[in-house]
Amino acid sequence: MAVALILVLVVLGSILFHILSPWWWTPIASNWGYIDDTLIITFWITGAVFSAVILFMAYCVFRFRHKEGAKAAYQPESKRLEWWLTVVTAVGVAAMLAPGLYVWSQFVTVPDEATEVEVVGQQWQWNFRLPGEDGKLGKSHNRLVTFENPLGIDPEDPAGQDDIVIEAADLHLPIDKPVKMLLRSIDVLHDFYVPEFRAKMDMVPGMVTYFWFTPTRTGTFEVLCAELCGTGHSYMRGMVAVETEEDYLAWLEGQSTFADLSAPQKLGAAEEAGP
Amino acid sequence: MVDATPRMERDIPPAEVPELELYHPKSWWTTYVFSQDAKVIAIQYSGTAVAIGLVALVLSWLMRLQLGFPGTFSFITPEAYYQFITMHGMIMVIYLLTALFLGGFGNYLIPLMVGARDMVFPYVNMLSFWVYLLAVLVLVASFFVPGGPTGAGWTLYPPQAILGGTPGGQSWGIILMLVSLILFIIGFTMGGLNYAVTVIQGRTRGMTLMRMPLTVWGIFTATVMALLAFPALFVACVMMLFDRVLGTSFFMPALVEMGEQLSYGGGSPILFQHLFWFFGHPEVYIVALPAFGIVSDLISTHARKNIFGYRMMVWAIVIIGALSFIVWAHHMYVSGMHPWFGFFFATTTLIIAVPTAIKVYNWVLTLWRGDIHLTLPMLFALAFIVTFVNGGLTGLFLGNVVVDVPLSDTMFVVAHFHMVMGVAPIMVIFGAIYHWYPKITGRMLEDWMGKFHFWVTFVGAYAIFFPMHYVGLVGVPRRYPEIGEAAFMTAPVGNLNAFISVAALVVGFAQMVFLFNLVWSLRFGKEAGPNPWRATSLEWQTPITPPPHGNWGDERPVVYRWAYDYSVPGAPEDFIPQNDPWPEKAAARPA
Repeated sequence: MAVALILVLVVLGSILFHILSPWWWTPIASNWGYIDDTLIITFWITGAVFSAVILFMAYCVFRFRHKEGAKAAYQPESKRLEWWLTVVTAVGVAAMLAPGLYVWSQFVTVPDEATEVEVVGQQWQWNFRLPGEDGKLGKSHNRLVTFENPLGIDPEDPAGQDDIVIEAADLHLPIDKPVKMLLRSIDVLHDFYVPEFRAKMDMVPGMVTYFWFTPTRTGTFEVLCAELCGTGHSYMRGMVAVETEEDYLAWLEGQSTFADLSAPQKLGAAEEAGP
Repeated sequence: MVDATPRMERDIPPAEVPELELYHPKSWWTTYVFSQDAKVIAIQYSGTAVAIGLVALVLSWLMRLQLGFPGTFSFITPEAYYQFITMHGMIMVIYLLTALFLGGFGNYLIPLMVGARDMVFPYVNMLSFWVYLLAVLVLVASFFVPGGPTGAGWTLYPPQAILGGTPGGQSWGIILMLVSLILFIIGFTMGGLNYAVTVIQGRTRGMTLMRMPLTVWGIFTATVMALLAFPALFVACVMMLFDRVLGTSFFMPALVEMGEQLSYGGGSPILFQHLFWFFGHPEVYIVALPAFGIVSDLISTHARKNIFGYRMMVWAIVIIGALSFIVWAHHMYVSGMHPWFGFFFATTTLIIAVPTAIKVYNWVLTLWRGDIHLTLPMLFALAFIVTFVNGGLTGLFLGNVVVDVPLSDTMFVVAHFHMVMGVAPIMVIFGAIYHWYPKITGRMLEDWMGKFHFWVTFVGAYAIFFPMHYVGLVGVPRRYPEIGEAAFMTAPVGNLNAFISVAALVVGFAQMVFLFNLVWSLRFGKEAGPNPWRATSLEWQTPITPPPHGNWGDERPVVYRWAYDYSVPGAPEDFIPQNDPWPEKAAARPA
């Protein structure tokens, strides 16, 4: 009796916690509302299955608990019932998988008009690079990383000279413009994770990974590292500011290009040679 | 009456091969220490696994103290925190769960349940345990070396696992971890071959494959899977050891550590992840399938009813085992592998939900119109179903590639896998210990202590891991010693984390009652007799309890029926043991 009751309470408690608790996902700030929808569908289906199975079990415990002189039924199997359950389960699974794969195909198809933004992770900070006026990012390699060239941009590649380098500072993005985030790491695995954007992806040294999204809400959003990257992992935070086109362009004005950043180095070398 | 397993008395062949002589121990040392008796080896495996498991339990308390009350305990630095989570995870998955289910329950139950006198290779079986013990000692040693154990996370992802920014990366920690895993796999392979060959070759007359208890099916399938999956981890460990010690670059691309160019180049960190999860996903089922098998037998015995749909249950175990080898990359949806893999692995992953769901249906349908005795094994079986259904369903979130993207690497994942492969299998372990302790020791475990242990553990574990999903939904990443308050949170998670930590401490202490019960009942428990649960499977029919070396006295049992003849209409009692030829003639039962 008590056992059946507690099983019922587990189901009720879980549902009430789900509905009443203040802990829920953060309001979305990107185009991936579909992901939230698929999540909701999954919650409904799995919640119904969980409640049905556990309540059925509670009923069995209540109804068929041992009584003096009682005897269990003898029924090894029931082909019909087993096939029915299999088919119903398969339909439920398909109802979750189909929208999931549909949204995934959008997730992996980057629109042509998306502008490229590079994120470079290192222990334990975020750096960013935007293409300059030519709209192209220059080549890069971890072997080229030095103190003066923290992102490893190839100085031989003319496309890289006008790239905008943002070292350990905030990234700004214009609202409603799709962006393809190109992800690189110069040391270990990291993961570019902004809860409001829903999308995330690991950054792997030696590879360029990517995802795309369209920011749909202005504001500043925290960047967290979501792949264990050593003792400073939880301190690896950054900021992304989503702004109107005007504000974005104003910010862009104040940024330095790779060529700008390389220049003082030559100046320093001249001074050293001077006296 | 549906004839699910046709009785084939006439087909039972006469013994063609005379029995081999068993090696009988001649001294105290060869009886209790360097024993070749599978039952003694089982106890040795279990004792070692539980001992190292207690270390993991203490580590979980330490990490929950940090998460629940950040900043309160100054000795828990981020380095220490990462070492705690890494060692907790590795110990629980490999050195406790795998070792206990296969080395512990496998050794004890396989020979008894299939009517064998021992494992087919007793000497190799003994070696298996000693190599496992060595692996555990190497693991423990890493706590005492300069720099401490590795803090790379239990997944040991390179490059960070072998670099200086991670605890133990440039000291002994990671080396000892890898050596210990290599030893574990060597030891397991010796044991695993034994379990598989004993099931295939060592069954007694009449014990057809489709008459085996589901416990044996679960352990057998898990063993075969482990023999196929562990080699992937083995090579991954050897290669990473080379990268760390010899400077090779299997998993190491060109990289810059703290401003310094390292000499590595050309390797692939993602290759390691594929190897790791090619092992790691089957590993989930290596733990789950024995639990599936055992819980089926617990439910059937204590509901006095045959397991519903036995043949479907066997096929579900085999199909889950096979499918689990083609789903591994669902752990890697956001790893940076080619995104098109997502379509394939999401589909295979959700397909595996179907045979798994069938198993759940058949467990609860076994309860339907049963005669449910709410004994401790039954209570733990019910708790298993609740936690397994819960954890299995959240797997549908994480398996469905696009839903995984926001949840991946958050506390939702931690809650999911603890529910499904931590709490659920451990419920089965407890149920199984309450169930088989009388056979192993001849005495019952004390009931009131067991009830206390059950309620605190079940309700407490649910209170730990159910709310933890919502910490992840809020967006809190896993492997953060402290999150504080962040703008993205719809509500601060501090109180929730503190609640979870208190629940974890309470559940942890309840395990001390269980351990005390194990020792106390050894001396003061009620005498059990040979078959206290009135069960059908062969281990309950041994002439002597606890069974001595050789198990069966003069003659091995002959099997006439499946393991689930409970409440058969017309039978004199509500169970018919497998070695009872009823209705032809009643067999002599051990008194």
